[in-house]
Amino acid sequence: MLNFRKNTFRHGVHPPEHKDETNGLPIRQFPFAPVIILPMVQHIGNPSEIVVREGQEVVRGQLLAKANGYMSVPVHAPVSGTVRKIANVPAISGKMVPGIYLQAFPFSSQEVLEGTPIEETASKEEILQAIQDAGIVGLGGAAFPTHVKLKIPEGKHCDVLMINGIECEPYLTTDHRVMLEQADDIFTGIRYLLKATGAGRAIIGIEANKQDAADHLASRIPDGAPVSVEVVPVKYPQGAEKMLITALLGREVPSGGLPIEVNVVVVNVATTAEIGRLLPHGRGIQERVVTITGPGVKKKGNYLIPVGTPLRYVLEQVGADGQISEVYMGGPMMGVAVSNLDISVVKGTSGIVVFTEKEVKRPQKIYPCIKCGACVDACPISLNPSRLGILAKFEAYEQMTDYHLMDCFECGACSYVCPSNIPLVQYFRLSKSVIRKRQTTKQTAESDK
Amino acid sequence: MTNRILNISTSPHITKGLSTDVIMQHVVWSLVPVALFAVYAFGISALLVLVMSVCSCVLTEHFLCKLSKKESTVSDWSAVITGLLLGLTLPPVFPLWMTFCGGVISIALGKFIFGGLGYNVFNPALVGRAVLQAAFPVAITTWYPAFLDNRFSTIAASVLTFPLMEPAVDGTSGATPLAAFKFDQVTANIPDLALGQVSGSTGETCAILILLGGIYLAARKMLNWRIPVAVLGSVVLLSAIFHLIDSNHYPSPAFMLFSGGLMLGAVFMATDMVASPVTPLGVVIYGSIIGILVVVIRLWGGLPEGVMYAILLANAISPHIDTIIKHRVYGTSKRSK
Repeated sequence: MLNFRKNTFRHGVHPPEHKDETNGLPIRQFPFAPVIILPMVQHIGNPSEIVVREGQEVVRGQLLAKANGYMSVPVHAPVSGTVRKIANVPAISGKMVPGIYLQAFPFSSQEVLEGTPIEETASKEEILQAIQDAGIVGLGGAAFPTHVKLKIPEGKHCDVLMINGIECEPYLTTDHRVMLEQADDIFTGIRYLLKATGAGRAIIGIEANKQDAADHLASRIPDGAPVSVEVVPVKYPQGAEKMLITALLGREVPSGGLPIEVNVVVVNVATTAEIGRLLPHGRGIQERVVTITGPGVKKKGNYLIPVGTPLRYVLEQVGADGQISEVYMGGPMMGVAVSNLDISVVKGTSGIVVFTEKEVKRPQKIYPCIKCGACVDACPISLNPSRLGILAKFEAYEQMTDYHLMDCFECGACSYVCPSNIPLVQYFRLSKSVIRKRQTTKQTAESDK
Repeated sequence: MTNRILNISTSPHITKGLSTDVIMQHVVWSLVPVALFAVYAFGISALLVLVMSVCSCVLTEHFLCKLSKKESTVSDWSAVITGLLLGLTLPPVFPLWMTFCGGVISIALGKFIFGGLGYNVFNPALVGRAVLQAAFPVAITTWYPAFLDNRFSTIAASVLTFPLMEPAVDGTSGATPLAAFKFDQVTANIPDLALGQVSGSTGETCAILILLGGIYLAARKMLNWRIPVAVLGSVVLLSAIFHLIDSNHYPSPAFMLFSGGLMLGAVFMATDMVASPVTPLGVVIYGSIIGILVVVIRLWGGLPEGVMYAILLANAISPHIDTIIKHRVYGTSKRSK
């Protein structure tokens, strides 16, 4: 209850971490699947525009699709092979999206195509352009195009660059391993990012359960680099941008605003490492580190998986047998359950968690809200989920807006603690989309007048 | 890998695993020592009153659910709590037929009529008790001394009063410490009060056991500790002020704290989650209102005890507290609407 406690944010929850199952396992290269399925929607924004044709042979690292406008990023070939088919492919959302079927050359050396290196002395605009050209999106899971995030709006300035190494989702250890194994890439990435944002210093935020990573990074800070490492207490959702900014700087991002409102830009640590790894070679993203874990997996671990590897192939390789019952992309708190094993690992996939029958949350009896206040004590942004839940049930959307529903970032802490098993965050997601839809309809109606 | 049917659900995919019926069960377990002490102090009569009140509540809930063609909600254990609390607030020699009426009223008018668990405006057990107090003012203030030698061998005559008959007042009635203070200006000593060596309602006499139950629940986060702290704190503060002004006329804070139903009310009844506010500041206000009302009723009201009415009044205010008091939402400058 003490809200003046330093180094953290108010409220939050402590789900079982399950991180020690994979945090000691070094990153290993994953084999190439015989056929790679690349959706053109791996990021938030416009689908990438395909620039190859069926039957064309491509080299690993070659551009397959270019960015379609500013809110878009290109897609590069994760493997040398032949473009077999250009057709719609299944995406995790359940929709079919444009995509490419790429058949790998079985005996290729899989050398990566080199591009034009971007020097660290390049200008701000050149670095932002290079980040877009490399196809980089937020690798923490949001998959928001990084160059858009780094673009400081007119009239604003950024004084702190925050590197997010919190990884508060249970089970996932991707960022942990990246911090232990790719320290130099991270610091190279930070140099590019400081240049791109104009920030004076960088802070790497790490949760206390990754003390080894924090010590390692602290010991590797290059001389004179304006970088510090800060360790914060373990608490979900510490990794949310707003919570991290509050924990490290004590600043509160205004309701509805972006971190730049308080002169901060937050970038995920794996994204930073990827920028540091790709830009000096002018390459694009071909693979990413994914934690594959959960009780349904035999060979748990942290794997460097080519983007576009079909989930079915991934699960076969790690020995997820017939026991699987539910598969999540991401962690168990905010991850998305997949409906179809034919979807692919994409740029935003930070983890694959496999649950067996035993762990799957069975449909539980939903009791009425007993107003115990557990959700109120859990909500990191101090909403009243209990009241919002009742309002959602009655579809009182206008009132929900008054109760700041639109500030909810859907961390799920309320649903996690609710003893009555009320699907609170699920209600809120639905309500938010209804409210957004109504606002759009209203705007269209007004502009038609 | 064969095609399997995958479960799909929306995140979060894990839960803390604490469910409402488990919370209710823990509340029941924490009340068991209080009930056992009541039986030990008042004997077989108290046992009968407790059993009757629990049974009447549970049966009423089951029957009403069936009547309205709903699934029976008895399994959530909340009716057991209501029954236990009702029994614990009644005199140990309360006639069984009146106890039965109290149980029926608690569930039917205190809870079911509002829509069942989660919708009750008032603490159901106190609704039942308030009706009983209005209907049977004599029986509900007929007290009985604790630790009588024959308490395990004989049932007090009033307990077995024939339905619709007024109980005969037997010779062995004993005044509660609060009544003794109110009408005779006699204060009991504090250790006797804390350890339950006095007369009173079935379950209100042993303050220590009630506190221990409350601490257990608070430690397991099944009880909002701010409510009892606010209630007891405001009672101590207010009565201390008056005690300092005139110590002959107003009793000491310790006497106020440990006498009557304050402890039971503050720990187990004011903390009814449904009928209390949700926000941290809201519950403090709510608790303070109860504390102030208790002192006011005890010192200047016509009744020796005021915990029940204090809590019921605060229950009525609780939804409004929730509407008015809201904590600041992250990133907003003022308190939200």
